[in-house]
Amino acid sequence: MPLSPPLLDVRGVTLQYKTRDHLVTATYRVDFSVLRSDRFVLLGPSGCGKSTLLKAVGGYMAPIEGEILLKGQRVTKPGPDRMMVFQEFDQLLPWKTVRQNVAFALQTSGKLRGKAADDKAMQYIEKVHLTRFADAYPHTLSGGMKQRVAIARGMAMEPDILLMDEPFAALDALTRQRMQDELLSLWDETKFTVLFVTHSIAEAVKIGNRILLLSPHPGQVKAELNSAPRDVDPAIAAGLEARIHDMLFVDRVEEESHV
Amino acid sequence: MSDDALRPEIIQSPRGAQDFGVVEKPLTPFERLYNQAWLRKTCLIMLLALAWELYARHLDNELLVPTFSATVEAWWSAVVSGVLPARAWASLQVLAIGFGTGVTLAGILTVLAITTRIGTDFLETMTAMLNPLPAIALLPLALIWFGLGIGSLVFVLVHSVLWAVALNTHAGFRGVSQTLRMVGRNYGLSGLPLVVTILIPAAFPSILSGLKIGWAFAWRTLIAAELVFGVASGKGGLGWYIFESKNQLDIPEVFAGLLTIIMIGLLVENVVFRTIENRTVRRWGMQH
Repeated sequence: MPLSPPLLDVRGVTLQYKTRDHLVTATYRVDFSVLRSDRFVLLGPSGCGKSTLLKAVGGYMAPIEGEILLKGQRVTKPGPDRMMVFQEFDQLLPWKTVRQNVAFALQTSGKLRGKAADDKAMQYIEKVHLTRFADAYPHTLSGGMKQRVAIARGMAMEPDILLMDEPFAALDALTRQRMQDELLSLWDETKFTVLFVTHSIAEAVKIGNRILLLSPHPGQVKAELNSAPRDVDPAIAAGLEARIHDMLFVDRVEEESHV
Repeated sequence: MSDDALRPEIIQSPRGAQDFGVVEKPLTPFERLYNQAWLRKTCLIMLLALAWELYARHLDNELLVPTFSATVEAWWSAVVSGVLPARAWASLQVLAIGFGTGVTLAGILTVLAITTRIGTDFLETMTAMLNPLPAIALLPLALIWFGLGIGSLVFVLVHSVLWAVALNTHAGFRGVSQTLRMVGRNYGLSGLPLVVTILIPAAFPSILSGLKIGWAFAWRTLIAAELVFGVASGKGGLGWYIFESKNQLDIPEVFAGLLTIIMIGLLVENVVFRTIENRTVRRWGMQH
């Protein structure tokens, strides 16, 4: 089967940022490409630069080496063709209701206006089962509901790629599991492309169809794996989780044995 | 042997609603009345007025402390004769010009401050230098520069409003979460549209408290300035009314003037600002 050209192409990307006292290299010459309808997961321990990498794809920071291409176009600044879903619950505008939050994104980016924006917003709010809360302000919602609104907002924009930065990390375990299932069923409906950052191996195996493993300090590609197909023997997924676990933690064992 | 073997497992099904005594019950009328903030505050004010009345009667010296009833009487006759409303209106007009100009300038300065680094430096230096300077201290200079008239009053008002409002607004802008800024930029917003649609509403609690402080500063400065140099362009304000009454030893009128200042202050705080708060920051859950 011939591969279609990649939707997102990350080539030799080195990212650095400055803290107060240090210049930190977050990732070093990272390569990967995301195809249309991929559920592409960036996985690694904290400090592997996966969130920084996502921010670079989002256009919030420029690589000092290499390039990021979206549909062949170089990414230079943030834009509505790459909608972000953040981990923080405060990503919704508190002065707008759920419906207004989703519709505002469509209006400001110039995609739709007036009634059309409202209808599209309601359509996606329904997809995340929040129709009853369409006119509620964000502060009255639970954490899980806020994240659902953020996902609805991202999907309503119908971006080329949805960027998710550990969107479920701040949720409790039960809600997290439900949100993962909902995300997968949303994907079954619309087959959107998503780049998903997580530090949970189980989440990566469950959500992703392709997983990029990064090593820490600075982040470098350690492996790019196909995930276990969904709805098959859970033992396969468990086996993959164990394999990833071993790959990620082999360094630490070596480090510790040197001490 | 492990302890688990000694403790049996417990599985229960929850009871039906009919088993509970009270699930939800309306509060008593007294509890409901007591929950009204305006009612509690009105009671407090009435108590204070009563204390005033009793003390003044006990003192029995109209030139030092007139009774509450005498003050209300003087206030009422000054209102009916149209003197007090005219004076209050004159003060409020000057106040509106000064406050409006100050807030506008503060807005321009803070927008410059958050968009450029040199703007930040400018704002920080200027507020550090000028905020501690009492507006009244500038009045003699203002009189030389702008003459006897509205010009000098507006100048000192702008000075008293500008730095307080700018300081609060700037602090509010800096406090806007990084996530919200990134969300705004994600929509393709930048520059002034980003400020207007994201930063201003996000910083609104700070902006509002800046406006409140600015309002109080302006009001104080205006009355003080009027007391010091009296008439602005032919028609005096409340400060002048107080000054005049004192010169004629109409002490109840002095108290009536002070009462008017307090009443306008209460009205603006509890009606104007409270309404804005209820419709914005409280409704949005940004302030409780």
